Amino acid sequence: MIKVLMKSIREFKRASILAPVLVSLEVVMECIMPFIVAQLVNQIKAGCSLGVIIRYGLVLIVMAGLSLAFGAGAGAACAKASCGFARNLRKDMFYKIQTYSFENIDKFSTSSLVTRMTTDVTNVQMAYMMLVRLAFRSPLMLIFSFAMSVIMGGKMAIIFALVIPVLGIGLILIMRKVMPLFKRVFKKYDALNESIQENVKGMRVVKSYVREDFEKAKFGRAAEDVCADFTRAEKILAFNSPLMQFCLYSAMIFVLTVGSYLIITTKGVALDVGQFSAFLVYNFQILNSLMMLSMVFVMITMAAESAKRIVEVLEEKSALVNPPDPIYEVADGSIDFDNVSFKYSKQAEKMALSDINLHIRSGETIGIIGGTGSSKSSLIQLISRLYDATEGVVKVGGVDVRKYDLDSLRNQVSVVLQKNVLFSGTIKENLRWGNENATDEEIKEACRLAQADEFIMRFPDQYNTYIEQGGSNVSGGQKQRLCIARALLKKPKILILDDSTSAVDTKTDALIRKAFAEFIPETTKIIIAQRVASVQDADRILVMDGGTIKNIGTHEELLKSSPIYQEVYNSQNRGGEQDE
Amino acid sequence: MSKKKGFMGSTLVRLIKTLFEFYPVMLPLVLICIVFNALISSLPAVFQQNVISIVEQYWQSGDWNSASGQILKLVALLACFYVLSLIAGFTYTRAMAVITQGSLMKFREKMFNGMQNLPIKYFDTHNHGDIMSYYTNDIDTLRQMISQSIPQLIISLISELTIFCIMLYYSVWMLLVVVLGVVLMVFITKKIGSNSAKYFLHQQIQMGKTEGFVEEMMNGEKVIKVFCHERQAEADFDAINDELFRVAEQANRYANTLMPILMNVGNILYVVVAVVGGILLLSGVPNLSLSGMAFSISIAVPFLNMTRQFSGNIGQVSNQINSVVMGLAGAERIFNLIDEKPEPDEGYVTLVNAREENGQLVECKERTGVWAWKHPHQDGTITYTKVQGDVRMYDVDFGYDEKKLVLHDITLYAKPGQKVAFVGATGAGKTTITNLINRFYDIADGKIRYDGININKIKKADLRRSLGIILQDTVLFSGTVMENIRYGNLEATDEECIGAARLAGAHDFITRLPEGYNTMILANGANLSQGQRQLIAIARAAVADPPVMIMDEATSSIDTRTEAIVQRGMDALMDGRTVFVIAHRLSTVRNSDVIMVLELGRIIERGSHEELIAQKGKYYQLYTGAFELE
Repeated sequence: MIKVLMKSIREFKRASILAPVLVSLEVVMECIMPFIVAQLVNQIKAGCSLGVIIRYGLVLIVMAGLSLAFGAGAGAACAKASCGFARNLRKDMFYKIQTYSFENIDKFSTSSLVTRMTTDVTNVQMAYMMLVRLAFRSPLMLIFSFAMSVIMGGKMAIIFALVIPVLGIGLILIMRKVMPLFKRVFKKYDALNESIQENVKGMRVVKSYVREDFEKAKFGRAAEDVCADFTRAEKILAFNSPLMQFCLYSAMIFVLTVGSYLIITTKGVALDVGQFSAFLVYNFQILNSLMMLSMVFVMITMAAESAKRIVEVLEEKSALVNPPDPIYEVADGSIDFDNVSFKYSKQAEKMALSDINLHIRSGETIGIIGGTGSSKSSLIQLISRLYDATEGVVKVGGVDVRKYDLDSLRNQVSVVLQKNVLFSGTIKENLRWGNENATDEEIKEACRLAQADEFIMRFPDQYNTYIEQGGSNVSGGQKQRLCIARALLKKPKILILDDSTSAVDTKTDALIRKAFAEFIPETTKIIIAQRVASVQDADRILVMDGGTIKNIGTHEELLKSSPIYQEVYNSQNRGGEQDE
Repeated sequence: MSKKKGFMGSTLVRLIKTLFEFYPVMLPLVLICIVFNALISSLPAVFQQNVISIVEQYWQSGDWNSASGQILKLVALLACFYVLSLIAGFTYTRAMAVITQGSLMKFREKMFNGMQNLPIKYFDTHNHGDIMSYYTNDIDTLRQMISQSIPQLIISLISELTIFCIMLYYSVWMLLVVVLGVVLMVFITKKIGSNSAKYFLHQQIQMGKTEGFVEEMMNGEKVIKVFCHERQAEADFDAINDELFRVAEQANRYANTLMPILMNVGNILYVVVAVVGGILLLSGVPNLSLSGMAFSISIAVPFLNMTRQFSGNIGQVSNQINSVVMGLAGAERIFNLIDEKPEPDEGYVTLVNAREENGQLVECKERTGVWAWKHPHQDGTITYTKVQGDVRMYDVDFGYDEKKLVLHDITLYAKPGQKVAFVGATGAGKTTITNLINRFYDIADGKIRYDGININKIKKADLRRSLGIILQDTVLFSGTVMENIRYGNLEATDEECIGAARLAGAHDFITRLPEGYNTMILANGANLSQGQRQLIAIARAAVADPPVMIMDEATSSIDTRTEAIVQRGMDALMDGRTVFVIAHRLSTVRNSDVIMVLELGRIIERGSHEELIAQKGKYYQLYTGAFELE
């Protein structure tokens, strides 16, 4: 896990190494200073001259200055290292996600990916900051101070042999009790936030059913639960500082008693007043660095969860990879399914598609109709290799889709997804997703085909109208038309509409299909729809049911031969004939 | 800047006030413990001074026996103080854990409860991610501030005061040196600290931007793939990510360097104090102090330690600046949410269960299936009107903002049991009309009457209880399928819920789910198809059994074949109710009693299917448009 994370340090390696080095130098300075002060105190007591005092003073000030420079430098290096590391982590995750296939995307929910890229990275960043700074500082400080206190106080240093184990064991006990609690509570906390999100999204439903009080009560219970667990954990953590104080105080009392005993009984030979005062300083430093060490420990254990979640994203292997010797040219818009079966995951028992054999000529218009869950979408997603077939071969232009360069294939096979999205930005920017270099005229042309030009021109800012996140400021039908225009701009050999006109009114829907027939006749068009009207003029119509193709044929043929098609047709056209 | 400080100040005052309201007894007790703890932590210096002066007195003679009595007495006293301090420290840290988490919980609940009472308009006009961050980021900043910064600040302040007094007690000259150093440190803190705080706020903002971007991209990841837009998405992300890095580095650099700078300025101060002390000792300048003690090594040594403590405290304070600034910004936002105006409700007509006795409606407690409007009048009398589902609109105008009307002169009558359909292009105002009936929005002009009562007089909760709504965007909640259906009527038995599912045609697929009705619905039903979710939503409405139903594209994601199956259930569901239907599929609306054709916020045609076809107007065009290419 650490190896994977380390890869993201890259250009910040220097800062990451520099920071601990500078910290170490700072620690050295800090530890020597009380030593020199102790000598100064003794010199003064012995009645030295003013010159000696000033000389000592100058040495000390230079040391403090150096310590300042080292410390500040370490701080800056550490900021650079940790923020840079976080930046690289976010970047690596984002880039990695871009290589994901649909299968990988299905595995992670959007909100979990967002948390991983924000909160989790921040946690790791904080831990890293602590690591490069405190993880060196504290042990070094501990060792130095200990060494110095042995030099200064001799036998008195025994007190640390007593106090440190007490503190150490105490801290370990606390951690062991707290860690599992934290783990549990963070899960609950996530669930709590998720329920808030649900409420924010579903407020219309909550209010329609007048469930405000119900939701309040539900939330109250969950919030109290989280609060109780957090409180329990923090109460245990609250032992930390009294424990530390207890050790400090015990050491203090010991030093005061034994120290003064030593000075008096040995007449200042075993210990003198200067050493005595320095010893007190070291005493504090040792315990403080132990405390810091425990904090680092907590941070790192907490961040370990986050790190795990980040590594999961980074290590996820894309289910689809470019072949070693890819083909870049798609010959034509013909599509072949040879004995294709497909399931979404290896564990799934049921095939989403079984034994599909289908041959579509270039330029043909194919309609697909079928009930919810009949795997219409699954079928078309194999064409642009959004998923790989589990068995059998899917060919485009006579070549196995797995042999194509992915980008080339997808640029020729344009899919308008069922759950489609517009991105925040102007209409023009959104449309240019289809073709970065499209001219304004090309954009307008695509919109005309998709019957979007007319309503776009009615917006005050026309093609520069700003689309809010998720396209919330255009209606469902408008959104669908923009999505179609975006797909058209690719000038693909194969165009697939996955129920992409469901919110468009029937007349416009018809106009779109008419435009397709007139202006892009060579393009193979596959239209999934629920309205018979949307597909009935297709060259061939597939009727799907339960992951298989039940019937294939023209509208007229199917009306005669397919019971499912008849049923669908009749449900939509009850009495239709007599109105004509 | 000064203005900003003003708001920070008032937020701080309000935050503290609120905390006291949450914990009126505990918080003052905790504060006393903190103060006590801080006072005692400054005392060792005094004991040190005393012990050292005794040592001074005896060390040349080496007479431990005469010294030990005094020293042990002092140490014992110190030990007593320590024990007290430990108790105080232990009490306050534990109590603080309770207060912090409890306050966060209360803030969360306050926000959530307030949020539940906000009008729909708030949710329509605010970014959902932004609302979420109140509960996540802002609460987190508050946690840090309450649990650590505030106690730390109090401790530091008290210690500082105590040490100041002790120093004053021993030597004014040396104190002057310390004060000079402290002024310098405060100056540095202000300089660097304010920069650091500024950049931390920047970082917070940039973090929000990054989160927003990532969320949008992750949501649209499949579209990115389909359009091979990965490279551009990466480039866009890099720009945002690099900016975040820049501000984060700056913020952390200031924060990280502040501490070592202060510490070492403290060290320099320590040296200067040592040197000045030495000079004072040597030169024999008369000491000026409250105690009147002569200057000696027994004062100099503890003085040095106090200097350390003094500068250390300033370091502690400076450490908390960022979290205080961010905490206050978070608190400010939290208070803003809490202060949002709740949805007003002046209604006084309520919905009650009723029974018919001798042709008269009588209110009763139990569920009878008969509902009545309880209408108190000014003269004290109460009348009961049977709930029948008669909805009438008279000359209704409406606009989402005052300047731009989206509905004009809407007049319509829906008699009990009638099915009224709205047809029209997207944006014609169909959904808007339904938003007015349940008063998600209030009309600008005109009148809406429900069973003859002006809907403004009906309590909103009761009005909505009498209306069932099935929306286009299906929302389900985390919980089992059964719980989701029961959402429509919390008192419904399992049998009633299953009956409703049967009616909606959802029973079949539910029983095929891994755990049937006990299957957990995750993340708004990501494990179900769009159509299945809609079926559950229909079952949910069915179990509510309201006299009036509004179906806004309720079956749009159900394929027509399934719809035909559902239709039977829907027909059963609609039977005897007033129903408003919005649908694109004309097949869905054809059997309505009245069809309203809307265009640009006006009703341009109305009548039954046959009448409208005969009119050969817009409806005819729409209807035949579907067959145009035949």
